[in-house]
Amino acid sequence: MISETENLPKPFCITSGNSDMDPRPPKPSYFFRETLGRHYTTLCGGIIILLTVVMVAFVAVKGLAAFVGAHPISPLQFLFSSQWHPDASASEGGPKFGALAFIVGSLSVSGLAVLFSAPLAIAASVLIAIIAPKSGENFIRPVLELFTGIPSVVYGWVGLSLLVPFIRNHFPGLGFSLLAGSLVLGLMILPTITTLTTDALQALPISFTEGSYALGATRWQTIYRILFPAAGSRILIGITLGITRAFGEALAVQMVIGNSVQIPGSVFSAMSTLTSIITMDMGNTISGSAWNNAMWSMALLLLLITFGFIVIIKVLGAQRTVKRGSNA
Amino acid sequence: MPEIKEPIEKSEAAGHTGAPQHTPSAFHKTRSHRTAFAADKLATFFFCAAGIFLVSLLFLFAGYIIYSGRESLTFHFLTSPPRFMQRGGGVGPQLFNSIYLLFISSVFSIPIGVGAGIYMAEYAKPNTITKSIRLSLETLSALPSIVVGLFGLLIFINVLGWGFSIMAGAMALMILNLPVITRVAEESIRNVPSSLKEGSLALGATHWQTIWKLILPSALPGILSGVILVTGRIFGEAAALLFTAGMSSPHLNFGDWNPLHYTSPLNPFRPAETLAVYTWKVNSEGLAPDARQIADGAAAVLIITVFLFNILARYIGRVLQNRVRSH
Repeated sequence: MISETENLPKPFCITSGNSDMDPRPPKPSYFFRETLGRHYTTLCGGIIILLTVVMVAFVAVKGLAAFVGAHPISPLQFLFSSQWHPDASASEGGPKFGALAFIVGSLSVSGLAVLFSAPLAIAASVLIAIIAPKSGENFIRPVLELFTGIPSVVYGWVGLSLLVPFIRNHFPGLGFSLLAGSLVLGLMILPTITTLTTDALQALPISFTEGSYALGATRWQTIYRILFPAAGSRILIGITLGITRAFGEALAVQMVIGNSVQIPGSVFSAMSTLTSIITMDMGNTISGSAWNNAMWSMALLLLLITFGFIVIIKVLGAQRTVKRGSNA
Repeated sequence: MPEIKEPIEKSEAAGHTGAPQHTPSAFHKTRSHRTAFAADKLATFFFCAAGIFLVSLLFLFAGYIIYSGRESLTFHFLTSPPRFMQRGGGVGPQLFNSIYLLFISSVFSIPIGVGAGIYMAEYAKPNTITKSIRLSLETLSALPSIVVGLFGLLIFINVLGWGFSIMAGAMALMILNLPVITRVAEESIRNVPSSLKEGSLALGATHWQTIWKLILPSALPGILSGVILVTGRIFGEAAALLFTAGMSSPHLNFGDWNPLHYTSPLNPFRPAETLAVYTWKVNSEGLAPDARQIADGAAAVLIITVFLFNILARYIGRVLQNRVRSH
């Protein structure tokens, strides 16, 4: 290491490349390391692409296996039927794999979760970013960042030991419900959405606020006429990321929703989601069986819906850049 | 256009000495003026209330967990193995598995993640490859962790035949880790002042020398605190480990540190139930009579560990930052 630093200032070492004219022993290490470093980092980038492609490809192939082969499931039935009888015998009409209950379950629980947490998150982010930037930055934001790291099983556990008994005692049903699931998820994604919306508000140029104040607008007028519209797409990106996280969460939800296969009739009824049924059934079905294949199809569906969210985020992001561009 | 009226009133009311052609008293009585101010007050109150509610909700949440787990936080609980159908079991092996799994997954994810971060910050050109890496990173970070776990089940267990093992779990965690570490590394490297790099290149150092001896050390505080943060997050991961590291832990012989022995804690090809997985499992199939207490304790240990990671990350980030600055 030391010898290299000493050699550094001698320019011909670096520029001569191959040492045909240089009588001293060649110093390949610079160039060797240069290429090695470059290739190594490129390889790392390649690994990331490869990993993603392989992962998507494998899940896709496994997920499509249920729709081909000896006893194919009809894709339409899979998507639009709520008849889920994977172990029904031939005399009972054969196994039925309709995943509608899970799809509706996943969407409703994550949708409700965002409905609970987004308004609170946005309001709190206004406090952090605009009203009390100092204590927001020094106190609330670190606390929020702390809470984004709390394991989801802990959220699930608190839901199970506090929320479920509370709902059971005060509302109809057993407590294991859509409401419990969405409240747990809502709390879980609250720090995420708040942090992202705060970032969105803070990223706005200060001239927006100053201009608005200079025109005599009150703070509230500034917030809802200037800042919210200007940060709108970024706030929406934050909310979408929150839904994505809620949608993919498995264990916290599984612990509190009761896991009965039905489309939830009310917020107090038990239900299942795509993730919860995979968690429950993947372990005790035989690989290659129709039931197991149906699990993989749900994993694929989960993946595709997540891609849908990514596309929404991309579109929102693109809108933002277009707006910026037209303003400039 | 009431919007035009309000601004003038506001500036008058706020005591600004502008626009002398308006008599303040005339405007003070307008309704829209009063409404605007009342709305502003109400909104401020509402935002403050929301913020306070949010913070107190989070504090209550953490307080509840630590309070209910307080009795379990003993040395015995942290070190002894769980008992079957009996009281008094601990989480010793699970805690060890969690930490060991973290270590193994970091061994793989940090070099690759930091490497990719260097590539994105230093070498990447605006072309298709860079775009696909970016897209891959976004995809990976948005993936539900259960899907990552299923992928691990497919590749490491079914195809490679490793069985439920620490190695398979570490690989699954690596996939979850990679996008975050890459992003953290890239951001920290981009934050290094370009004058440093230009100066080094002007002195004749090669690009790699510049990266290795100047840019990486300056970016280290950011990278390190980011890595510790993400490690803390992975500590509580359970969904991706259910079908990769498994839901059981063989009897571990803590006197045997040969990684090739099956009962050795260091054997990377043995099943390993982590603390988070155990917390989940105790709830669904708690066979011990004090399952509730165990789960309380495990949740408290999880949350405290995550907090410790967080504090450590901040501390290391600050200390290293000072050191880098002073040099």
